[in-house]
Amino acid sequence: MANAKEIKTVLFGPVFANNPIALQVLGICSALAVTTQMSTALVMCLALTFVTAFSNLFISTIRNHIPSSVRIIVQMTIIASLVIVVDQFLKAYAYDLSKQLSVFVGLIITNCIVMGRAEAYAMKSTPGMSFLDGIGNGLGYSVVLLVVAFIRELGGSGSVFGVQIMPLISEGGWYQPMGILLMPPSAFIIIACFIWVLRTFRPEQVEKKA
Amino acid sequence: MSSNNDSISKTLIVVISLCLVCAIVVSTAAVQLRPAQQANKKLDSQINILRSVGLVEGSAPAARVAELFNQHIETRLVNLSTGEIDASCDRSCAENFDYRKALKDGRALAQPDDVASIRRISEFAPVYLTYDTERNLKAIVLPVHGYGLWSTMHAFLALEVDGNTIIGLNYYEQGETPGLGGEIENPRWRAQFVGKQLTNEAGELALSILKPGNADPQSAHQVDGLSGATLTANGVQNTFTFWIGENGFGPFLAKVRQGALSNG
Repeated sequence: MANAKEIKTVLFGPVFANNPIALQVLGICSALAVTTQMSTALVMCLALTFVTAFSNLFISTIRNHIPSSVRIIVQMTIIASLVIVVDQFLKAYAYDLSKQLSVFVGLIITNCIVMGRAEAYAMKSTPGMSFLDGIGNGLGYSVVLLVVAFIRELGGSGSVFGVQIMPLISEGGWYQPMGILLMPPSAFIIIACFIWVLRTFRPEQVEKKA
Repeated sequence: MSSNNDSISKTLIVVISLCLVCAIVVSTAAVQLRPAQQANKKLDSQINILRSVGLVEGSAPAARVAELFNQHIETRLVNLSTGEIDASCDRSCAENFDYRKALKDGRALAQPDDVASIRRISEFAPVYLTYDTERNLKAIVLPVHGYGLWSTMHAFLALEVDGNTIIGLNYYEQGETPGLGGEIENPRWRAQFVGKQLTNEAGELALSILKPGNADPQSAHQVDGLSGATLTANGVQNTFTFWIGENGFGPFLAKVRQGALSNG
């Protein structure tokens, strides 16, 4: 099997060097929707990491038997089943969070990261490495989501994980919350800044001018 | 290898066996987890009813919620058109009543009547009669819902025994803009409703949600709206208009004001 260095690249590469959101620009939709609070963002990250890892694992396991004519459908079936199982578990054991995430857990099915990794990596790699690739990409997604959620929750509601850090004016404190941070477009601005910072430190990610 | 994989028989075998495996996994998960999910749903609705009458603040452990609910709350069904409590359906029958399903199967509302844009209304609706430890009726909790800007907003409205004074309004399910319309869940905003009167002396709905900052704190009927969420606040107003009106709990509340519950 693969050596330690390759494992490290697959697992931690997607965090900064090959981040699914910042470089591949996949999975933006949910990054806008669930990042008004840290707690929902964290659950979303865990759910997505779980689904990406296991869909990669299962798809890679049967990759030599998947007919190429129906391969997308086969991938979708596996992904959709995993997402439904995750959704059922959340409803049973984390009801409040599942209420807040509502439709977005189901939308993991259409999250481009899951499909993208299944098609681009799991279809040609061994199950073990595919599993690690899924976890790695989940981590990369999580880093961006948690950074965005931290900025949005702190700036928009003055709290982190629901704990009030900056008391709001409306509750007798001093902080006037920035309402725009609670709106979906603010996530675009924050993700753009994230990409900017990332590319300042890693100039090789900047697209070449034509 | 690939040509073999693409043969019709291989494709069918792979697809069918995959579907079988996935179907078994998904249905096992759904069936195994259903009891836990239903318990969660029931607990969630119970804790929100208790919150609306102020018996629970914030959160409480599951056992405590069930205990308080059994001790203080009696669920009954009301026939919305006559306003009578359905005597044939006792407490346990009413607790098993599926209101959401009844609404789905209910009668369609035509436009001038459908103030809160809820489309359908059921024949029966649950009400939650709240008693103190000496079995005196303390409050009546009504489930209400109406359309805001993006979503149907569900709430429990707790009234005093006079059927007019608000004890609490608890929005527990909504999909309005977080931070703007979503503030209808904010306890500080909801606290404004406490002690307000639904109707004036003539018995007409007088509760009104005004532009933020315009409500007179001395008034028995005025409440501040939400800044940046005019349409959500209108939705709340429409919810009141509908559910206090003829097609909602109007007939029931009229009977309550005449004292229909005081000897029961």
